[in-house]
Amino acid sequence: MTTITTEELAETTLLRFATAGSVDDGKSTLVGRLLHDSKSVLTDQLEAVERVSASRGQEAPDLALLTDGLRAEREQGITIDVAYRYFATPRRRFILADTPGHVQYTRNMVTGASTAELTVILVDARNGVVEQTRRHAAIAALLRVPHAVLAVNKMDLVGYDEKVFAAIAEEFTAYATELGVPEVTAIPISALVGDNVVDPSANMDWYGGPTVLEHLETVPVAHDLSHCHARLPVQYVIRPQSADHPDYRGYAGQIAAGSFHVGEDVTVLPSGRASKISGIDLLGEPVDVAWTTQSVTLLLEDDIDISRGDLIVPSKDAPPTTQDVEATVCHVADAALTVGHRVLLKHGTRTVKAIVKDIPSRLTLDNLSLHPHPGQLVANDIGRVKIRTAEPLPVDSYADSRRTGSFILIDPNDGTTLTAGMVGESFAAPEPVKDASGDDGWDF
Amino acid sequence: MTTVATVSEETGSPYALSHLDALESEAVHIFREVAGEFERPVILFSGGKDSIVMLHLALKAFRPASVPFSLLHVDTGHNFPEVLEYRDRTVEKHGLRLHVASVQDYIDRGVLKERPDGTRNPLQTLPLTEKIQAEKFDAVFGGGRRDEEKARAKERVFSLRDEFSQWDPRRQRPELWNLYNGRHAPGEHVRVFPLSNWTELDVWQYIAREGIELPQIYYAHEREVFSRSGMWLTAGEWGGPKDGETVEKRLVRYRTVGDMSCTGAVDSDADTIEKVIVEIAASRLTERGATRADDKMSEAAMEDRKREGYF
Repeated sequence: MTTITTEELAETTLLRFATAGSVDDGKSTLVGRLLHDSKSVLTDQLEAVERVSASRGQEAPDLALLTDGLRAEREQGITIDVAYRYFATPRRRFILADTPGHVQYTRNMVTGASTAELTVILVDARNGVVEQTRRHAAIAALLRVPHAVLAVNKMDLVGYDEKVFAAIAEEFTAYATELGVPEVTAIPISALVGDNVVDPSANMDWYGGPTVLEHLETVPVAHDLSHCHARLPVQYVIRPQSADHPDYRGYAGQIAAGSFHVGEDVTVLPSGRASKISGIDLLGEPVDVAWTTQSVTLLLEDDIDISRGDLIVPSKDAPPTTQDVEATVCHVADAALTVGHRVLLKHGTRTVKAIVKDIPSRLTLDNLSLHPHPGQLVANDIGRVKIRTAEPLPVDSYADSRRTGSFILIDPNDGTTLTAGMVGESFAAPEPVKDASGDDGWDF
Repeated sequence: MTTVATVSEETGSPYALSHLDALESEAVHIFREVAGEFERPVILFSGGKDSIVMLHLALKAFRPASVPFSLLHVDTGHNFPEVLEYRDRTVEKHGLRLHVASVQDYIDRGVLKERPDGTRNPLQTLPLTEKIQAEKFDAVFGGGRRDEEKARAKERVFSLRDEFSQWDPRRQRPELWNLYNGRHAPGEHVRVFPLSNWTELDVWQYIAREGIELPQIYYAHEREVFSRSGMWLTAGEWGGPKDGETVEKRLVRYRTVGDMSCTGAVDSDADTIEKVIVEIAASRLTERGATRADDKMSEAAMEDRKREGYF
């Protein structure tokens, strides 16, 4: 490792990524190597692992002990919950959502992928693309993770054969492209031996691409904002009412998408009132332009009624508001989601009452087939849902905006997070399912 | 007017935030969510670097208004005098309200019993949780980071606690996008960790960037210490040195600041923030592994204490 200067460290960018892979694909080894080779596993942590491994009579340190943080996980020897890991190189900081591979933990992969800009999908070179691989690719596509890495692992066990790698890469890329994954980078690796993880492999001269770490360090993290709809969900109204700031009234929030500039005409949703941005404070400093994902405070020319839950948007680019939301959802709670279920829907900073009007289909991740009218969604199910909200919501399509196109459903009785939702058409539902009932007559 | 833009050479995008800006923005978002959704939030403030950074972020989040939260300190009775002085000065400077939960009071009243090893850290849980109940706090900010310990790596940003303040890792809510769920029943509260995604190095870099003042014990200084269980502990009335332990003057600093009875100093000549950052970047020990006795008690020490309501 080269020495990192203070200045270099402060200038690096942040990449959030998630890993996905079945238990035996070598995910722990890959994660372990990335952490180890970037100095993120320190001596006392390794010693603790060695001590516990030895006390159990194991000959070699069990690296899974580094990542399995809960008593129950260590007892069962499996990962049951997403964990977040941190490591850094001179070029970039990484937040890794380390998600379990079992199919019954689909909700955990969804959780990890929801904030990820890249997913690493592991495949065993001996087995190639299997059902679980297709499932992981489908979730990455569903969650619109911008970048996917296919890590073809255990190349040492197939004689570092270029043909094996090429066939798997081709099959996966074709499948992922069909799903709408925008970018796939396939890398042949051996996590155990270290080929192409951090250091280029001497065993695969035929491969001219980046190592896993090199790719993680250089993949672009920011989108081109010129195509993004600017959105600011209002979190909190800042009113000092002090001698120094008697008339200050600022609308604080984290820019969910796009950029805002002073002088811009804006509209407040759902009320539809219009004004103009008179100032932008970036944590106390005035700026003339601000962009996603900065936390800012907007000041407007007119004194209009705005409160938490409102959405500020450019007047020329306002989303429609609706009380009928159609979405692809992943059900994350143990209790089922059923038609007629009364729930709370949190979208941006707004929480409204809602009712599940219909569940037109459930998706079978293995082959992407649709099971019509399943009646309910149980834990880890992915399906299409129609929801009626008590108040109009300004929603974007998830395909346009991961922040303003997403929502969660909450159980109003006990506060459980029930469901993760993505608004709009999905790759899995090419044809919209017709709503035959047309019955809107309900109230709370 | 100024615009703050850091053009990243790798991405060529003027819109890529530096990692510190991204972490800062995320933490501010969390503070504002709590201000918007809860009735009685409080910030756990120990005078340690993480809680100092938390307060700094809260101050920035609500500028030019004041912070809409009060502070809560769990005073073990064995705190470093420099840290208490820093705490009181900070509260005064920002016009904040400070609540104190005192371990010494509980011992004096006979509710808690001093442990044979003299460590008061595990005794903090009861005064903390009773104070939360008595004051009806519904959101309690902690400076915990997921990089500290493997049980903490599993912790949510919004972590629901029952009426006994217990953490049930199997009952955790999935956290999706940045849609935090703060729903709770009366008597329950939510622990909130705005620094979840920060590492020790991030905290130090941010302190350097923002020019944040810290208690001097974080920087190398000569101090009377004695060795116990492989750590340099500060000598004092709290319970050391005992027979067979000898006091010596050493050049040390602290990486974490907790109770004097369980927080060890490290040998160091890092007397400026730049030197501290260089030292941490090169260290082969985690801050807890190096200096905290309480985490060495068992493989699941942190998980077990968190389950009981510890921060």
